[in-house]
Amino acid sequence: MCLAVPGRVEAIYEAGEARMGRVNFGGIVKDVCLAYLPEIAIGDYTIVHVGFAISKIDEASAQRTLQLFRDLGVLEQELLEEEFGSKRES
Amino acid sequence: MKYLDEFRNGEIAQKQAREIRRLATRPWKIMEVCGGQTHSIIRNGIDQLLPAEIEMVHGPGCPVCVTPLEIIDQALTIASQPGVIFCSFGDMLRVPGSEKDLFRVRGEGGDVRIVYSPLDAVQIARQNPGNEVVFFGVGFETTAPANAMAVHVARHEGLKNFSALISHVLVPPAMAAIMQSPHNLIQAFLAAGHVCSVMGYWQYPPLAERFRVPIVVTGFEPLDILEGIRRAVEQLEKGEARVENAYERIVTRDGNLPAQKLLAQVFEVVDRAWRGIGVIPGSGWRLRSEYRDFDAEQRFRVGDIHTIESPLCHSGEVLQGILKPNQCPAFGKECTPRKPLGATMVSSEGACAAYYNYGRFISPDQLAHA
Amino acid sequence: MPKPPDFSSWSCPLPLRDYPSVVMGHGGGGKLSAELIEHLFLPAFRNHALENLGDASIVSGASRAGDRLAFSTDSFVVRPLFFPGGSIGDLAVNGTVNDLAVSGARAMYLSVGMILEEGFALACLARVVDDMARAARTAGVQIVTGDTKVVEKGHGDGCYVNTAGIGFVPAGVEIGPSRARGGDAVIVSGTIGDHGMAIMSVREGLEFETTIQSDTAALNGLIEQILRAGGDAIHVMRDPTRGGVASSLNEIAAASQVGVVVEEREIPVRGEVRSACELLGMDPVYVANEGKVLVFVAENRAAAVLEAMRQHPLGSDAVIMAKVVDQHPGMVVAHTAMGTSRVIAMQIAEQLPRIC
Repeated sequence: MCLAVPGRVEAIYEAGEARMGRVNFGGIVKDVCLAYLPEIAIGDYTIVHVGFAISKIDEASAQRTLQLFRDLGVLEQELLEEEFGSKRES
Repeated sequence: MKYLDEFRNGEIAQKQAREIRRLATRPWKIMEVCGGQTHSIIRNGIDQLLPAEIEMVHGPGCPVCVTPLEIIDQALTIASQPGVIFCSFGDMLRVPGSEKDLFRVRGEGGDVRIVYSPLDAVQIARQNPGNEVVFFGVGFETTAPANAMAVHVARHEGLKNFSALISHVLVPPAMAAIMQSPHNLIQAFLAAGHVCSVMGYWQYPPLAERFRVPIVVTGFEPLDILEGIRRAVEQLEKGEARVENAYERIVTRDGNLPAQKLLAQVFEVVDRAWRGIGVIPGSGWRLRSEYRDFDAEQRFRVGDIHTIESPLCHSGEVLQGILKPNQCPAFGKECTPRKPLGATMVSSEGACAAYYNYGRFISPDQLAHA
Repeated sequence: MPKPPDFSSWSCPLPLRDYPSVVMGHGGGGKLSAELIEHLFLPAFRNHALENLGDASIVSGASRAGDRLAFSTDSFVVRPLFFPGGSIGDLAVNGTVNDLAVSGARAMYLSVGMILEEGFALACLARVVDDMARAARTAGVQIVTGDTKVVEKGHGDGCYVNTAGIGFVPAGVEIGPSRARGGDAVIVSGTIGDHGMAIMSVREGLEFETTIQSDTAALNGLIEQILRAGGDAIHVMRDPTRGGVASSLNEIAAASQVGVVVEEREIPVRGEVRSACELLGMDPVYVANEGKVLVFVAENRAAAVLEAMRQHPLGSDAVIMAKVVDQHPGMVVAHTAMGTSRVIAMQIAEQLPRIC
């Protein structure tokens, strides 16, 4: 379940009961209900499921996660190289 | 697309796979709860990257698959009535009821329409005051806020011709039921990331503690899933059983509070039958009495519906992770995507369809030597 | 509702009686039918054979010794009738021209059968016909015969069109779905999924704002270049319409009893089409195209054919996206960006948007 796609909020407007927004998904723009993210602002990224924005994407957190992936195995690699290096010398 | 492409990097996936191989010293069975995660695993071949020790078991996280047969039959009955415009997500159109599916009903003259959002169904109701418009509200907690808003808006506007057939199912009770089952072999869970974006993950620590299983909140892109698996394996190897959030950019511990508020207003907890599994107590939501006017089950009095499940169908065991799809005797024979016996073969992220479509009935060797 | 046609560009400035919509009489063979032919179809399609208004059109063969006649038909029921990048009229001409062209034929003549619903706006009909005329001129084919019937209101969907086409296949050209061989390169002429997602973008309940346009186009010019560059090294050609490239590759793999291995990273998809597919949970390989061709060419001529395609405006984005292998006959497998494999299965029915 739960196909939710990231998009950028481009505009916010009221439509009756619900707060709505125009969200840009990589060039595709759709009207999305923003009622569940009262703090969301233009320029923020959000994930959208069946026409509703359900969470703001935390940019800093995303970067941390990607950095974690990039660092993965680096420590192990360094240790391996150290060990291999010292074996050669002896 | 930003926030998607970065999490589909093949080189990083290889690194994560190496790391998992390094960590795993013993066999482990991990269940990913969500159908979207199953879809991603099979479609990206993530299981091919994992060491033999790690077995991914595909869980019941497909609301399409687990919607009770009675409710499908109710939907078919309502959709067949003249003057009804029946609106549904695309996934539901091919789910087999006792005798037919919504596609057949459309073929027989029913006005069945696919919508992207429940609010589209409300709009159809506004535009067609002479018709009864019914929205098929299925899904897990991720979809419930959208369905709740549709009913809420309809009530606020006093729309007389709109109703919803609600069949919501909840994840934590399902996980508990799986863990309590005497057949249970699951040692860790990847929790459904988008369900948690709505509900948070504060409900999981008691489960992790009671059943001694690591529960890792996990996303859907290949790198997210591999990270979820990595963290689960790390905990398993250390003998830990904690709740961890591996989907931090989207999920917070408390979840989406405005959504939870409206959910509590519109829905109440109820026992729910899961197709192929049986009744799981407190595992569903239905409309509260204040919204009963918008309950299609009430409005259409679909009453006594006799449901007939195929005796050959082992969907239930597949959903609980007891059987692999290709271990089902009917798999690929009496049961194929073309003529599915049960919902796990109909939905594209139903485990059986995923296996069939992505070729799990041929050996990985044959694929690898292509 | 589209704008009314610009009558100033028509041969007869006041073409029609004051009926804004199609009525049963327009299919009845009497004065109203004749009026439709004289003031709508003839001026649009403009050619000798048609203007004779015989029960059958007599056309010159224009064939050479050894030529074989190619004959194809297709019906068009698309909704909505008018979509970004084209209309049912474009599809109706281009679709049949392409079916002839991918078989190695030089497309020449088309027939058109129209089934109209009573009440269908004549302005819309005029626009469809105008689109057909323009597409035929661009493709260099003539619409030489046709028929119109009208069904009662509620029994049609505005407008259905059938076209049939004839052309000539030169001696020695043997192209067909069973001719693929191990080692063949599979070239796709350009980005996939444009047409299907253009339609989705205007479909009720699923609409979204986009610049995606249908890729509907007549491919006979491009295919002429392909045949010139590849000759008998061209084994199979197919225009991947409904069911997308996935369906075409599966059909050819089955007919030729070969395996096909697709390099996922090579599949060309426009950014917006990719985004739209993400949003709706659809896979571009199953999405319809109306102006693309798949070419199965012997390995040793692949580079030359690719280069020739890229010189043509309809093939500027051509890439080799797959290869034919002897393993897993009948099955299409993809190498994913993850370095793993997955099977691209034949779809059961139309791909639907999903929430899961």
